[in-house]
Amino acid sequence: MNTELLGIIATYAITLLIGIPLGIYLAKMFAGEKVWTDFLKPLEKGIYKLSGINPEESMNWKQHMKALLMINMVWLVYGFFALLYQDKLPLNPDGNLGQSPDLAFNSIISFVVNCNLQHYSGETGATYFTQHFVFMFLQFVSAATGIAAAVVLFKAFRDKTTTNLGNFWVFFTCSITRLLLPLSIVVATILAFNGTPTSYEGKDQFISLQGDTVQVSRGPAAGFVAIKHLGTNGGGWFGANGAHPLENPNYLSNMVEVISQVIIPIAMVFAFGYFIRRKKMAWVIFGIMTLGMMLLLVPTVISETGGSPNIAKMGVSQLTGAMEGKEVRFGATATAYWSTVTTIISTGSINSMHDSAMPLTGMYQLIAMMMNCFYGGCGVGILNYFIFIIIAVFISGLMVGRTPEFLGHKVEAREVKIASIIALLHPFIILVGTALAAYTVTNFPDADWLVKPASWLNNPGFHGFSEMLYETTSAAANNGSGFEGLGDNNMFWNVMTGFVLLLGRFLPIIGPVAIAGLLASKKYIPESAGTLKTDTLTFGVMTFVVIVIIAALAFFPALTLGPLAEHFSMIK
Amino acid sequence: MKNKSNILFEPALVNTALRQSFIKLDPRLMIRNPVMFTVEIGTFVMLVVTIYSISNSSQGSFGYNFVVFLVLLLTVLFANFAEAIAEARGKAQADSLRKTREETPAKVVLSDGTIEIRSSNQLKKGDVFFCETGDTIPTDGEIISGIATIDESAITGESAPVIRESGGDKSSVTGGTKVLSDRIKVQVSTAPGESFLDKMIALVEGASRQKTPNEIALTILLAGFTLVFIIVCITLKPFADYSNTPITIASFIALFVCLIPTTIGGLLSAIGIAGMDRALRANVITKSGKAVETAGDIDVLLLDKTGTITIGNRKATNFYPTAGIIIKSFTDACVLSSLADETPEGKSIIELAAAQDSKLITSPPEGSKFIKFTAETRSSGLDTPDGRRIRKGAFDSIRNIVLAAGNPFPMDIEEQVKRIASNGGTPLVVSENEQALGVIELQDIIKPGISERFERLRKMGVKTVMVTGDNPLTAKFIAEKAGVDDFIAEAKPEDKMNYIKEEQALGKLVAMMGDGTNDAPALAQADVGVAMNSGTQAAKEAGNMVDLDNDPTKLIEIVEIGKQLLITRGTLTTFSIANDVAKYFAIVPALFIVSIPALRSLNIMNLHSPETAILSAVIFNAIVIPLLIPVALRGVSYKPIGASALLRRNLLIYGIGGVIAPFIGIKLIDMVISLMA
Repeated sequence: MNTELLGIIATYAITLLIGIPLGIYLAKMFAGEKVWTDFLKPLEKGIYKLSGINPEESMNWKQHMKALLMINMVWLVYGFFALLYQDKLPLNPDGNLGQSPDLAFNSIISFVVNCNLQHYSGETGATYFTQHFVFMFLQFVSAATGIAAAVVLFKAFRDKTTTNLGNFWVFFTCSITRLLLPLSIVVATILAFNGTPTSYEGKDQFISLQGDTVQVSRGPAAGFVAIKHLGTNGGGWFGANGAHPLENPNYLSNMVEVISQVIIPIAMVFAFGYFIRRKKMAWVIFGIMTLGMMLLLVPTVISETGGSPNIAKMGVSQLTGAMEGKEVRFGATATAYWSTVTTIISTGSINSMHDSAMPLTGMYQLIAMMMNCFYGGCGVGILNYFIFIIIAVFISGLMVGRTPEFLGHKVEAREVKIASIIALLHPFIILVGTALAAYTVTNFPDADWLVKPASWLNNPGFHGFSEMLYETTSAAANNGSGFEGLGDNNMFWNVMTGFVLLLGRFLPIIGPVAIAGLLASKKYIPESAGTLKTDTLTFGVMTFVVIVIIAALAFFPALTLGPLAEHFSMIK
Repeated sequence: MKNKSNILFEPALVNTALRQSFIKLDPRLMIRNPVMFTVEIGTFVMLVVTIYSISNSSQGSFGYNFVVFLVLLLTVLFANFAEAIAEARGKAQADSLRKTREETPAKVVLSDGTIEIRSSNQLKKGDVFFCETGDTIPTDGEIISGIATIDESAITGESAPVIRESGGDKSSVTGGTKVLSDRIKVQVSTAPGESFLDKMIALVEGASRQKTPNEIALTILLAGFTLVFIIVCITLKPFADYSNTPITIASFIALFVCLIPTTIGGLLSAIGIAGMDRALRANVITKSGKAVETAGDIDVLLLDKTGTITIGNRKATNFYPTAGIIIKSFTDACVLSSLADETPEGKSIIELAAAQDSKLITSPPEGSKFIKFTAETRSSGLDTPDGRRIRKGAFDSIRNIVLAAGNPFPMDIEEQVKRIASNGGTPLVVSENEQALGVIELQDIIKPGISERFERLRKMGVKTVMVTGDNPLTAKFIAEKAGVDDFIAEAKPEDKMNYIKEEQALGKLVAMMGDGTNDAPALAQADVGVAMNSGTQAAKEAGNMVDLDNDPTKLIEIVEIGKQLLITRGTLTTFSIANDVAKYFAIVPALFIVSIPALRSLNIMNLHSPETAILSAVIFNAIVIPLLIPVALRGVSYKPIGASALLRRNLLIYGIGGVIAPFIGIKLIDMVISLMA
């Protein structure tokens, strides 16, 4: 077996070694059982006191969602103005300008919703102040928002019948103090020792061997890069994200970063199972998610290490695989691994140009974001998966001749309605967003806009279509990675993806939590021999089939016109 | 009279259904079914396109458009036909039951006592009529005086006559049945047109048919799928424009109709009606479709011991006098106490005594006073004029009488009682003047094959509970022998009620069967209450189903019918959605192949041409509906093999099968079309 392959196997193994125990710890911690981080209690008490929060107050699902939306709204308004006027705020050694209103609108939404689409470039589009107190702050709190929402769902299924779903502020605060902050400190320290800058000074400069003067942006990036991955945010300090030599200096930092983005999503799966005292359920969900990942990862690795047929036609040997757009220090395999991981979970950080990947790789990346629930983002991954569980429960419940039920609660019209809306919302916003873009490009290429639609696309034809599809999908999945090659910092893309981002974030959080809240308040039905158990492999496979079928049915035509058409034209 | 024919398509019904299929094209009716409504809109659009294509071929040739239009119209008609044939079958079944009671002359007793002959359909609720030997009972009612033997074969198919009398739990008579002997006075309990049967017919006919909760939930899910495919098809237009790929309206509509779940959408209401129809074929009248659906979810089944688990009634098998009492005087006391006891047990005591002793007293001494059995005293007996007070009853009630009078209760009786009870027999203790005389042993006979049925229920996850008036020991013995999971011994009417409430508090769904007025509260409390047709009006009102056969094991069948209903919906939904995979592989290459030849690789079925590919897909989509009508009407069979195993089985057949079948079907149709073209 070659070293590159061993590298990603080791990376995944370490991920599990950290992720699984972390999940068990999270289950205990959120359940209020004794854990070793209890020494932080005084700090949390201080935060509650300062914020006027009564941590004992119990909330129902509606109160939870009200709290969540309220606090997110505050961040949205604060961040928007901070970005508009960042040039007038302190910590701006490079003298960067304020963001335009449409860019600020897009940027702030994308950070609040844990997406980090980044239509700006960190070196020039943000200041140390906004990097720190807007973007990095949001990278913590948006991840904590997702985790807290997921814990509300966990709480709904821990007891038989309940309307007491705990306190949102407690879940939210503990997600930061007991999880994100400590882990970030560890990861940031490792990165700092590997060469990621931590300086507050402005641009450095040096004269290269050829005699050119080179300006090098820097800044306190190590902490930012740590939470960007741990919180599945993905927004880079620098424009080139994880491909930038300062943001991701070597193979070790690459491993640390790719591990740190998966551990919390995996931990959340185990936290769910252990929290509701159904360990087997955690393993089944984890197994199905891993199956999903493998089915995307293996073909991606094959397609990337195989090299490009176009280059092969030129008679160039490609022993290291398709290296266009990739960093030599990582190689094709580790890059393929990263690209799969960053798209199945909603990080969206990149260590290569996805635009340069093989057409089929691009399709796998798109599919990963279209399904958006194999591990998925911090907290929201399990929420997305839950929606598919409900649909699977409904169909398979009927198939075994019983009114469908999940964990002892009947799934009826109201829950099915919410689940259908949420499951179909994702294809809806992706297809409509892409259609708007395609329509504009086709019919108004020379519209009298600041950036003409004709110049949006770096590539014509099928690849151009993929670029538009990718951008919208990335926004809808709150992923944030870019295919690049798309001129996206303009009014159309900023505003369109801004709305896609909002729709793709809050409804998919409210929906599952609402279903959980509704189910939890229903009468508990004990299991019998006729009950369909939801922690079996059979049911897991059923859920997987539902996920695959919904994605396939909704996206097959779009994928045909993008990556498939490109692929078949290329190998012809 | 019973119309149990299993021919799915009787010519007369097919004719009605065909007519109905066209009537149901009315958009106001179609809108109840969102999936098929969108197909109807698509059909209409295709009609316009077809007309347009006569003069302009930019949207494809007239012939092609016309064929697409025809196939879509057929799709809608097939779906309508499925619903119509299900309705027609249910209606025919109900009609055959209803026919028995039309236009029968009724002898109405007016308030002044005179008799007037009226037609049965002029009877009103509360009217009183009388029937004598040879009369057909004009409508449903309750006997207010008299006793009669009645032939109920018109409804139940059972030729043995039954006895119906005023008071008690067997006071109901059904319209259409025939009085064989004696004379009864009956009060009309339901006005014509409002009987359970009429309600059932209305349910089948559609006007008042309400969707059941699961059906509503499924309709929502299907509407969701439909919505997503609307978006897929609409957004495909700008996508295709970007790629310079013109797509005709016919192709868009074909793609849309093939993708939306028309198979399950077209069969959904037929499945629901067929469920009620199957219940009716089992001679069970349901008051709502929901009741059938709920039956599939039942967790606990309350069954009366007598008649359900054991054959008929207990029979006396032995007399055991206590020490110091000679057998003859004990037998005499037993006979005396049973002479006025009309229960089968009482009669069996006399039969046993007669077999042992030819010189038996046949009537009680002149002037004796009978003490009737009540649920409170749980004993009966008689007081003779010469001062003998003979009592016969349950062990503890007689012991109370004996002890209350200050007399000792013999140990050997107590032992005998225990022995009998632990062997599954029922001990009856007899006392005279508050002195215990001895024990009569009654024995139960368990129905053959009943324990297999309970085993089947256990595999379905249904807990069976035997309800009996026996003491706990006897009850336990029979329960174990018959294989029920639990029992309620020495049951008083309120015990049933309490048991149901306790189980419901645990979140379980409970079904029970009952006939008596004192069953009514429990029948109402139970999630599925099946009243026997012979039962009192109160019981029938309280339950949500009426069993015309008065067969206590019917509950088991009802549970399976309920499960079948849900399974049929689930499997056909899976099948319908799984079909889309193949349809995509037929249509998507066909849409793009002309402008993007590289996509030829996606044409894995190697279909002849884009036109034949699209036509094959829509034709397959249409004909799969009539092909599945038999499945919808008969229901997918239920096998009690555990939920996960059942899911695996149905996923294999309808999921994997649903993926593969259309690949074969579409390819075959394509071969036929390309030969014809």
